Amino acid sequence: MAAADEVSRPRSGRLAWFPILTILLLLGPVCAGLAGTVAPAFGYLPAIGQTSFTMDPMLDLFAWTGIWRATFLSLGVGFLTTALSLLIVVLIVAGWSGTRVFAILQTVLSPLLSIPHAAAAFGLAFLIAPSGWIIRTVSPSLTGWDRPPDLLILQDPLGLSLAAGLIAKEVPFLLLMTLAALGQTGGHRSMKVAQTLGYGRISGWLKTVFPRVYRQIRLPIYVVLSYSMSVVDVAVILGPNLPPTLSVQIVRWMSDPDLSMRLVAAAAALWQALLVLGAILIWRLGERLVARLGHRAVVSGRRGRRDRVLRSTGVAFGGLAVVTIFTGLASLALWSFAGSWRFPDVSPDTLTFKSWMRHADSLAAASGQTALIAACSVLAALFLALGCLEAEHRYGLKLSSKALLILYLPILIPQTAFLPGLQTLMLGAGLSGGLLAVTLAHIVFVFPYVFLSLGDPYRSWDTRFAVVSSALGSSPDRTLWAIRLPMMLRPLLTALAVGFAVSVGQYLPTLLIGGGRVQTLTTEALALSSGGDRRAIGVYALLQTAAALLPFAAALALPAWVWRNRADLRHG
Amino acid sequence: MANGLTLENIEIWKGDTLLVAFDDTIHPGEVFSVMGPSGSGKSTLLAYLTGTLPLEFKAQGRVILNGRDVTDLPTMDRRIGLLFQDDLLFPHMSVFENLAFGLRPGGTRTDRSERVRSALRAIDLPDAGDRDPATLSGGQKARVSLMRMLLSEPEAVLLDEPFSKLDSELRDQIRTFVFDMAVERALPVMMVTHEPADVQAAPGRILDISASR
Repeated sequence: MAAADEVSRPRSGRLAWFPILTILLLLGPVCAGLAGTVAPAFGYLPAIGQTSFTMDPMLDLFAWTGIWRATFLSLGVGFLTTALSLLIVVLIVAGWSGTRVFAILQTVLSPLLSIPHAAAAFGLAFLIAPSGWIIRTVSPSLTGWDRPPDLLILQDPLGLSLAAGLIAKEVPFLLLMTLAALGQTGGHRSMKVAQTLGYGRISGWLKTVFPRVYRQIRLPIYVVLSYSMSVVDVAVILGPNLPPTLSVQIVRWMSDPDLSMRLVAAAAALWQALLVLGAILIWRLGERLVARLGHRAVVSGRRGRRDRVLRSTGVAFGGLAVVTIFTGLASLALWSFAGSWRFPDVSPDTLTFKSWMRHADSLAAASGQTALIAACSVLAALFLALGCLEAEHRYGLKLSSKALLILYLPILIPQTAFLPGLQTLMLGAGLSGGLLAVTLAHIVFVFPYVFLSLGDPYRSWDTRFAVVSSALGSSPDRTLWAIRLPMMLRPLLTALAVGFAVSVGQYLPTLLIGGGRVQTLTTEALALSSGGDRRAIGVYALLQTAAALLPFAAALALPAWVWRNRADLRHG
Repeated sequence: MANGLTLENIEIWKGDTLLVAFDDTIHPGEVFSVMGPSGSGKSTLLAYLTGTLPLEFKAQGRVILNGRDVTDLPTMDRRIGLLFQDDLLFPHMSVFENLAFGLRPGGTRTDRSERVRSALRAIDLPDAGDRDPATLSGGQKARVSLMRMLLSEPEAVLLDEPFSKLDSELRDQIRTFVFDMAVERALPVMMVTHEPADVQAAPGRILDISASR
């Protein structure tokens, strides 16, 4: 029966061009951008009259005094963030899955995922700065300080506050990925076996479930590693300043009025890409080492029953991430409404709408641009994703695991490695960045998340409904529009919300591809960061958060309302 | 002190519905069969005994194993072994590692290897240590899974429809193997099944949940 089905299924049709188009749309900009980075890195940039290959940009890069600092900063922050985030997630999942505590933690951690990185970073900055909320609550009572201490907590030279801000955001991401992988590996039953054999939760989970889960979350982990090594917006807010991180310096060189600085920027972008590649290779070696140690640990049979401290540590750090980000957001909100607010005071003397009124016009403009870019890029990404998934369903054009790598490529390769090249190419071709170019660039980053979010629910839809529908005389298109998509309202809206949050949070594509002329809430908030006007930052970062979170609220509420008389779909 | 597995006035509730009531002692070497259709609460009873009862259930009563009250202990401290209908061998470990994982901790590396190797001989798989569990036959997997459980030296054993995935010839063979082990090691065994042949072969009493309610 199944074999006959395979044979009778057409291998091509109207939808067959969707996967090809999608791959071109994803890989085109990435490959073009990388080419546009490599050529100028070796001196070739016709736009400024450089048509011969030299090593000069590379030599100039390594003559920059900050290069080694920036290099080690990139590696240090990357490894620290990735290792600690993974450790926290492992401790939480291993120590608590299936318990009430876990259910609570999962509920409070998931909304963190959609909060834009920049807003979370501003929130953290407002908490830990020398004049931030934490020092205010203990001053002057405990510290005796009646003015902000001269401490370099924020933007510390080691990048610790940068890593902290990243960890708080990456823990929810890795947790979600781990939970998705857990569902596919049947880890719960292995865990039960381990426990009846006398194993403690953490030791049992690490030995029986983790190896299988890890295989599934390897790419997301590399995404975290690459992202934390090369992030720009969070590093501008929380990272060190003199010198800044490598990727921030790349952006500075890119925006230098002296166009020849683009050669150094390209060399640095290439170096950043190589660093990420090297870091992933080192991480891979680490995986081997851990696997070898793991096999030894399995044979030892040690049960690891006394894991109470470890389990509590996991929950404590997970809770810390939640509390930090939410108090950070509260602090943003308070600043946006603050009248006069003197240093050791914990709260402002007066609350006022002044900051909101003062920025009303530019807020409205930036919100409009943000929403327009997000809506267009997300709808385009959703259209492509549905086309690919439906082509997979109708013609069996299933994405192989290699194709999955293509899906991850745009979020795996550092943005600073290919976006500068893309901008340079556009400059050479005489294209001026505008809304359309920015929207196209956003699709590259939005699509992977939309596809990953939609893929599992789309494939797990009960295809017997399609059989029934076609037996009743419906065409495949009618089945898609009248049966499948309405039934999948909830996952569709979730995918839209995920995509929207990704688009709202994009900083570098908007800045570089927009040529500085497209202003979204994110670029405006970042532009304010060096000025230190906390009220303005509060206003923009809060609105940025709202723009990312509101679609999620809609994705939850809408299906419940539309299907209020359909019990089977209300919670589906 | 081997005086068996005592289930004292056990009652398991889901909301206001009493699912299972049980008050008896399973003696060392006895295979106590619990029969009943799916949904009758057999699996819930086993989940309660292993300490993995889902949150929506409420239970009362005491579970006494060889004089130890294990009612409030976490799963790992109960020393109650569990065998499922699936072998649940860990797919990323070799056969040797699966067994070593079960073997109680302690002893030197060579010591432990020797014990695992003798366990492999006991289940007639002396050369299978380095093999991928996926390459074993159904009967071989079942034997490895049983041996993994026995190496953890449980004081009682629960069988959850343990033979239902094996074909009939293999079934008799594995069943005899499991029951002989239980008698030989004087382990109290509770078996949940809906297969009359399993029950007839089992050396012990029978409780039919569907009949008792």
